[in-house]
Amino acid sequence: MGATAGVDLTTEICGIELAHPVLNGSGTFDAIAARRAFGDEIIARFPFSAFVSKTITPEPRAGNPPPRLYETPSGMINSIGLPNKGLEGFLSEDLPALAGLPVPLCVSVMATSADGFRRLVDGVGARDEVAAIELNVSCPNVESGLIVGEQPSEVERLMEAIRPLTAKPVIVKLTPNVADPAPIALAAQDAGADAVSLINTVRALALDPVTQEPWLGGGGGGLSGPAIRALALDQVRRVAAAVSIPIIGMGGIESGADALGFLAAGASAVAVGTATFREPMAAERIRSELALARAPATASGRDSRPEKAPDGTTALWTSS
Amino acid sequence: MSARPATAASDRSAGDGRASSPLERRACEVTSSRASGGYRIFAARDATGPMPRAGQFYMLSSARGWGGARGRPHLPRAFSVARAGEAAGGIELEFLAEAVGPGTARLTTLEPGEELLVTGPLGRPFSRPRELAPGAAGAILVGGGIGIAPLAILRHELARAAVPQRILLGFRDRRHSGGVEELFGCEEVRLASEDGHAGHRGYVTDLLTVLLEGDDAGSAAVYACGPPAMLEVVRSLCGERGVAAELAMEAPMACGFGSCFGCAMPLAGGGYMRLCVDGPVVRADLVETALVAGSGH
Repeated sequence: MGATAGVDLTTEICGIELAHPVLNGSGTFDAIAARRAFGDEIIARFPFSAFVSKTITPEPRAGNPPPRLYETPSGMINSIGLPNKGLEGFLSEDLPALAGLPVPLCVSVMATSADGFRRLVDGVGARDEVAAIELNVSCPNVESGLIVGEQPSEVERLMEAIRPLTAKPVIVKLTPNVADPAPIALAAQDAGADAVSLINTVRALALDPVTQEPWLGGGGGGLSGPAIRALALDQVRRVAAAVSIPIIGMGGIESGADALGFLAAGASAVAVGTATFREPMAAERIRSELALARAPATASGRDSRPEKAPDGTTALWTSS
Repeated sequence: MSARPATAASDRSAGDGRASSPLERRACEVTSSRASGGYRIFAARDATGPMPRAGQFYMLSSARGWGGARGRPHLPRAFSVARAGEAAGGIELEFLAEAVGPGTARLTTLEPGEELLVTGPLGRPFSRPRELAPGAAGAILVGGGIGIAPLAILRHELARAAVPQRILLGFRDRRHSGGVEELFGCEEVRLASEDGHAGHRGYVTDLLTVLLEGDDAGSAAVYACGPPAMLEVVRSLCGERGVAAELAMEAPMACGFGSCFGCAMPLAGGGYMRLCVDGPVVRADLVETALVAGSGH
């Protein structure tokens, strides 16, 4: 990477300094298991600039019955069901191991009530090893029966409940299963969120080709991979037009060119998920490609971002 | 074992003798591909990876034509290594494949000189008999159909360790008996076939039942790989008789290194294990059942 050695990819998100803008999406990389498969080299050459944990819940969860995966054209549907050790198990067993990673740690949390979220934010926020907290809001609030991330009012209420509990940056992970994610992002920002990340997986269904019954053990699932990239890019741009807090963009990113697109659409950083499943060091490759793409622009002093029209949009029909 | 850095890599791994995978998904040149019954045996030269242990697997995809006209295959496919040996320029890895979906269809049409993309070796390997039960001096290998692959490398590993073996292989019909000649050759193997074209007419588990009634039972460990229904019979036969057994299992898997949580296998005590990092070779008494929805696909 001689040509890119001098390229500065450092990024700052909510006051956290990152060596480059490529993170992992929550639930797409298990640093502890990866160490069992690859040895210590995975830690020494950690591919992400920050590590986002798999979502933890107040109590332990075993996850959904198999099958949990279904391959689609250019993507996959998962129905994993958030298996995790619960808050106590995470704090006592996983956090000490994750604290040894060479990058800042962001812990993803989810609960089905404001009380549950309060416990999580309180418990996780009290730990020095944790740099930021991501709220996974693609879950029902058992009190209202509504999916938190689908309602601006629910997101606002949740943020107001947890905001006083921690001074750490709080990132709201947005669901794509809404007509327009911008009002949700705006509600999160107005209630004190430090950043938003999007998109989560897209609600999807796989049928058994023989019985035509749902294939996945959990019923439905979430679609990820290049199949959702165009949808994700559009939602990132819509949210970028609505909020001023940083955006972590993700959804089917597989290359430096893909990452550049998300950054151009308004993301401050990007996350990689399904691409890592295909290629463990995909994030490292994407970072290198990003550096390469930026190298000439940096050398000549040009900004690599495309210019925006006065209304803040980029032209839609510039090419076919 | 040679003095490859591979050996050092396996030393620093998870304590069960597994060889650690290099981080990179790497391109390996396909060196051969040939038909064997209804299956295909293909080989690729791994220039940088370590020598795998029997039971370990690789995530495979082709550099060209992965994605196809309809966007599938997208994810790599998990394959147990069937044979591995030192060769000029690296380690020759052999795999046994049957075209059943878009991924296996592509892998069975690989041609010599093409690039096979590989991550691995991954997962927990087979244990030695004495590691499974203190009194186990010998091994009974039970394979069914395409599941004979990991037993082929296992028999070499056990032979090098001077472990006495009995090998039982079963097949639905001639088409599904690919790989036997090439991978087991002149070895003393007892066969079973459902259509009666070779050996005992019936199931390979019939042969196992007979063996477990003999003197072998108390001093043997059973190693099995095959379709879920076969593994389930092996599991219950060994469970009832208190015979130590390891099963090499299969589940849909996106990553192979513990990150996607897709390959959940129900544990006997409740909850799930991840087959990619806690398996694919698992002790039979740890799993609730070998009949898991979605496995064997």
